[in-house]
Amino acid sequence: MAQVIKDSPATEPRFKARGVDKHFGPVQALTQVDLDLYAGQVTALCGDNGAGKSVLTKCIAGIYEIDHGQFFWEGRPVHIRSPRDAARLGIETVYQDLALADNLDIVQNMFLGRERMRNVFLNEDDMERAASKTLADLRVTTVRSIRQPVASLSGGQRQSVAVAKAVMWNSKLVMLDEPTAALGVVQTKMVLDLVRRLRDRGLAVMMISHNLNDVFEVADRIAVVHLGRMVTQGRATAYDRQSVVDYMTTGASSRSGQPTDGNGAKSGAR
Amino acid sequence: MARAEAPETAPDPTAAVHAATIEVPPELVAQSLGEWSRAWLTRIRSGESGVLPVILALLLITIVFEAISPNHVFLSAPNLVNLFQQSAVFMVLAMGEIFVILLGEIDLSIAYAGGVGAAVSVQLVQPGTAKWPWWAAIIAGLVVCAVIGALQGTLITRLRLSSLIVTLAGLLIWQGTMLIILGLAFSGYPSLAGLNPNLQVLYNLMWGTIDPTISWMATAVVVIAIAALLWFGDNHRRRSGLVAPPVSLTLLKIALIALVAIAVVAICNVNRAVQPSTLAGVPWVIPIVLAVFGAWMTILQRTKFGRYVYAIGGNPEAARRAGINLAAVRTLCFMICTFTAGIGLLLYASYLGGMSGNINGGQLVLYAIASVVLAGTSLFGGRGKVLHGILGGLVIGGIYNGMGLLGLDVRWQFIVTGLVLLVAITIDSLSRRSATSGSVARV
Repeated sequence: MAQVIKDSPATEPRFKARGVDKHFGPVQALTQVDLDLYAGQVTALCGDNGAGKSVLTKCIAGIYEIDHGQFFWEGRPVHIRSPRDAARLGIETVYQDLALADNLDIVQNMFLGRERMRNVFLNEDDMERAASKTLADLRVTTVRSIRQPVASLSGGQRQSVAVAKAVMWNSKLVMLDEPTAALGVVQTKMVLDLVRRLRDRGLAVMMISHNLNDVFEVADRIAVVHLGRMVTQGRATAYDRQSVVDYMTTGASSRSGQPTDGNGAKSGAR
Repeated sequence: MARAEAPETAPDPTAAVHAATIEVPPELVAQSLGEWSRAWLTRIRSGESGVLPVILALLLITIVFEAISPNHVFLSAPNLVNLFQQSAVFMVLAMGEIFVILLGEIDLSIAYAGGVGAAVSVQLVQPGTAKWPWWAAIIAGLVVCAVIGALQGTLITRLRLSSLIVTLAGLLIWQGTMLIILGLAFSGYPSLAGLNPNLQVLYNLMWGTIDPTISWMATAVVVIAIAALLWFGDNHRRRSGLVAPPVSLTLLKIALIALVAIAVVAICNVNRAVQPSTLAGVPWVIPIVLAVFGAWMTILQRTKFGRYVYAIGGNPEAARRAGINLAAVRTLCFMICTFTAGIGLLLYASYLGGMSGNINGGQLVLYAIASVVLAGTSLFGGRGKVLHGILGGLVIGGIYNGMGLLGLDVRWQFIVTGLVLLVAITIDSLSRRSATSGSVARV
């Protein structure tokens, strides 16, 4: 059993996973995975292609149901069986394809499926005010008009809208799937700034990323999965690039740059 | 890591900003009318032309036919009223079809599905046999149409059959059904002529007129109501600091609506009968078409359902993840489509003076689709407005009417309408291509 280090002993993690197994037919996608996500911290989930990052994310998001193991939400054991369950707890996911409708404007996208009504009609004024407040709070100020169609936004702006859509609903944990993939330098900076602001608002943020530049730029904690196992997790300062690459590719690292705050680095192959 | 190796190409932020400025609809950012029109011109140049092409097409048709029609009869009041009556059927069919096209689907069965409903209604008011009151007959006909839509919609959404094939089958099935209901083969038809009051109501859908004085008063009430709604709505949004058009644009819109309304009523109130008899006033069909327009526009722009229709047309996956019941929304769209077709075919039956077994349903469908598409609605879904049905229907009706005035028969009407459609979709797809290539820099 992977050992978990309380590297923020004062606080209980907002979300905990313990001993999570998931298989698809004969394929074991996740084996005894533990994961801690803290409020006010960005946790980068790293791993090679097929390591199980997406499966783990989808389990937390309620798209897949786990076979064994237990999730804890703010210390309480919870079952997440559907995206609706996840949303009820305050877990929102921003997938890589963003799921925005190009032909709808920013407000319409942010409220899609949760429109505010006045009798039988849409309450556009209310929705527009709420959307522009959220965007202003997140300092997403580069859009010219909140009523412009999403088709006219840049990649970074789209990502920002998708994130704003996710945090609008009093969410407490936001999972971002490769938020900077396919973005240019300026756009990447914009999105990473946004991720920091989510953290500063006290949200727990989990960011899946391949890009170690981004990981070391924003992550407070790093977790690495390899072949369906959580091989290490701990404070970002405890790792360097090479050790993360080692963990991602081999599941272990012989480098000195290992977590110093405990035994997190040894939680790999049992 | 990959980023470190990949050489970052030209600093694209300026390009991205530039692309974004071009594509933002002008009404969102402009503070004054001058700014608005400049932004609008920029947008047109970048390929987002809105309804401008169809308005230009209308102008072109008007000028050409006025110039070459015998005695320049095209713009005479009687012909304009006639043109509107002819266009009304295309408009109503198009306004129904648009719900399905917004989803990225198509319904080829509308003319005969609507024909079944109209045949039911007409049969039910026959004084010799059914003797239903006119309103019950109309409701029965429209319910039949909605059921047909529900049936086709269910097959398409639940069994995931192609809408093209299901409604193509529908086109044949409902044509046969319609002929069975009419009880006759291709000759003669249950007539709407006669003094029976029930028959007359149906006949008057197209041919009845409203007294000129009442026309003026009703128009004034409606225009003032719309103006008040627009004015107070925009004003409220401006004061609350929400996105709103400049005051001058609101006034311009109101003035335009008033102008069109006054022009239409004035034209309709000219005596269009041969002296000494009189025939003047707004035909019933105009308020009927406007009622359908208003209702469908409200549903599409102001309700959850309408929002979901656009969302599904734009990105079905996004709609699914938002928890929208796609099957229900889609089925309802097919129902609205055939229901509206029922209204259209009732108008057509009224126009013909009875329900005929040899209506050219294939032509009606294609004219309806052509109306929608040439006014700027995308066949790929997600883009379009109910207004497109009205404007496109006028273009098709204009061609149909003008060619009739020139004495050109149906052969030439087919060819010219087809050519107009080809030109329209060519312009549409070319302008969209230039819009897309212009915004490559966004990524």
